[in-house]
Amino acid sequence: MSEATFRGGVHPYEGKELSSDLPIKTVMPKGDMIFPMSQHIGAPAKPIVSKGDKVLVGQKIGEASGFISANICCSVSGTVKAVEPRMLLNGSSAMCVVVENDGAYTGIEGLGEDRDYTKLSKDEIRDIVKEAGIVGMGGAGFPTNVKLAPKEPDKIDYILVNGAECEPYLTSDYRQMLECPEEIVGGLKVMLKLFDKATGLICIEDNKPAAIEKMKAAVANESRIEVRVLKTKYPQGGERTLISAATGRKIYSKKLPADEGCVVDNISTVIAIYRAVCKQTPLITRVMTLTGDAFKKPINVNVRLGCNHADLVPEGEGFGQEPAKIISGGPMMGFAMFDLNVPVTKTSSSILAMTKDEVAEFEPTPCIRCGRCVEACPGNLVPQKMAVAAMNNDYDTFVSLNGMECYECGSCTYVCPAKRPLTQSFKQARQYVAAQARKK
Amino acid sequence: MSNLLNISSSPHVRDKSSTRSIMWDVFLALMPAALFGVWNFGYQAAVLIVVCIAASVLAEYIWQKAMKLPLTVSDGSAALTGLLLALNLSAAFPIWMAVLGSVFAIIIVKQLFGGLGQNFMNPALGARCFLMVSFAGKMTSFTYDGVTGATPLALIKSGDDSTQLIDMFLGTIGGTIGETSTLALLIGAAYLLIRKVITWKIPVCYIVTFAVFALLFGGHGFDMTYLAKEICGGGLILGAFFMATDYVTSPITPKGQIAFGILLGVLTGVFRIFGASAEGVSYAIIISNLLVPLIEKATIPVPFGKEGIKDGK
Repeated sequence: MSEATFRGGVHPYEGKELSSDLPIKTVMPKGDMIFPMSQHIGAPAKPIVSKGDKVLVGQKIGEASGFISANICCSVSGTVKAVEPRMLLNGSSAMCVVVENDGAYTGIEGLGEDRDYTKLSKDEIRDIVKEAGIVGMGGAGFPTNVKLAPKEPDKIDYILVNGAECEPYLTSDYRQMLECPEEIVGGLKVMLKLFDKATGLICIEDNKPAAIEKMKAAVANESRIEVRVLKTKYPQGGERTLISAATGRKIYSKKLPADEGCVVDNISTVIAIYRAVCKQTPLITRVMTLTGDAFKKPINVNVRLGCNHADLVPEGEGFGQEPAKIISGGPMMGFAMFDLNVPVTKTSSSILAMTKDEVAEFEPTPCIRCGRCVEACPGNLVPQKMAVAAMNNDYDTFVSLNGMECYECGSCTYVCPAKRPLTQSFKQARQYVAAQARKK
Repeated sequence: MSNLLNISSSPHVRDKSSTRSIMWDVFLALMPAALFGVWNFGYQAAVLIVVCIAASVLAEYIWQKAMKLPLTVSDGSAALTGLLLALNLSAAFPIWMAVLGSVFAIIIVKQLFGGLGQNFMNPALGARCFLMVSFAGKMTSFTYDGVTGATPLALIKSGDDSTQLIDMFLGTIGGTIGETSTLALLIGAAYLLIRKVITWKIPVCYIVTFAVFALLFGGHGFDMTYLAKEICGGGLILGAFFMATDYVTSPITPKGQIAFGILLGVLTGVFRIFGASAEGVSYAIIISNLLVPLIEKATIPVPFGKEGIKDGK
């Protein structure tokens, strides 16, 4: 049987061999730690410490301020130096708690101690996940406790652990599957406890045979967990494409995964759940891939949230060549950084430093209507027509061409032989349409 | 790190193919047919091909210079138009008329409507039809082996089916420079399909529809030799694989491409079987080109996950 997949998509250069065989190295932070109160989708957290306060590892320093919001926990011990706006990696500024690290890493009471999840009630588990400030660590940053509390928990049939890692270059999920499969299985078992009828599916692309083998061995004795092998294709790890490939169910923009009986969380998020529930450790670290041809030695690192991106560069032995472009996240959906002096957040999956900026290299030329964008679009859209509408600010036409169904995955822009900035125009149009809809 | 880095919206990587590489692929795919044409019709064919390419490129260059537009001749699209036009002409066609046709294709059909990507009609075919109505005599006069006569397709229409099918397949017959050899064209078509420059949808739907139409209305019953000759004869193969698949003037939607192919098949059948001329491919394609916006509007695909869901938005 051919492996599960979806229609459309692209095959960019994977670049994973740069870092896939390198074990995760734990890196201790240098200098002050900066904790933005907005590291997730939804309302920013409210700082609950003030200048001069002593804080501990694992201590809550930002309180979720709404239904869709998340707590922020401190990753070091020390003294609060300031509570003030600081710049984030996307160039905007947001309220941050700045902590002077005392280097002692004194933890809150019980930090890191074992806890038996089987003795916890479902609500207790959800509360722990919420308190721990866990959000989707694949990039979107959606608060995980909200995902774990659907209206009808009995209708959840599948919990999908997203190990597709379809973005080129990134290897953090892959390394974690190899190095801590038991934590992934442990986190998934905690989640399965919340949904009595659900089956756990660990979804992995077929370009990661070692991870598939490791995870299969780890779930050999788990009756409620299976490993699903998916075809390697971008964007296989997108929520909609993943659900469709693994379960045959389909959702679109107006449907949540839960509407089709699915909960999706990525590898890092599931590990965070395990650590919060079973190890009494809130979300204070994450694994990042430092890669790209500009790094002398690419590496996978486990870092404390709040550390400075620039301080991580020496871990890859610095830049051998001057990078032309540095991306936080994968090359398909990641964010180009203009300065490395910004803090690592819950969704920072990589520093991808490339010596060549393929975007700046080409001038966009006229569209020749080749239709490659239509073939590549996993959402069955017509990017060529959407782009004409978006670039003319014709938002009604953009919406009627199903522009609001766009995933912003970038597949169309990747294949475009005329090098047109399709995805960029969609992002702008979608933001505008969404803002107009909110005004009404 | 004090100096600022490049930023741009994602994605940050790009596929290798470019407009130029695609044009070059099509150009290359037409080479078997062009070379066969030169072998079949002699040096005159080579001269005409070179003249049409040069005239097309020059016309685009001069126009863009004069209009202070960015120069785009290096993308290869003008050269391709010139080559396609030449392949659609008889080898003995007067040079000055060919130059006129090339200029018409580039200036009138392509540049006046906004240049690359904006023309609503295939420039080479637009020019061919322009030449057809302007110089009908020269356009329909075909000399082969020193003998001026009707094309095999015209002979079949008049009831004379003395032409051997194998000659029509190999291309050792009269006709325009590039249309005669089905074999050479299929080699090029295979290259385009393998390189994924074109998909099967338009050519296959076109040829199959035409075949069904010819079987039903051709008046030869279930005669496979007749059918094969109709398919190999005239401009059908050249048109189906190289002209109807022109990106700019064919539908971009998958279902639209199928509808487009079927429409082409029907129109070609109508023109060839019920029309006055034995040929019909050129007119079928340019008429269908005009219907592309309509076809696309009717065939916008249903977004992923919304199959069977109606909510208006």
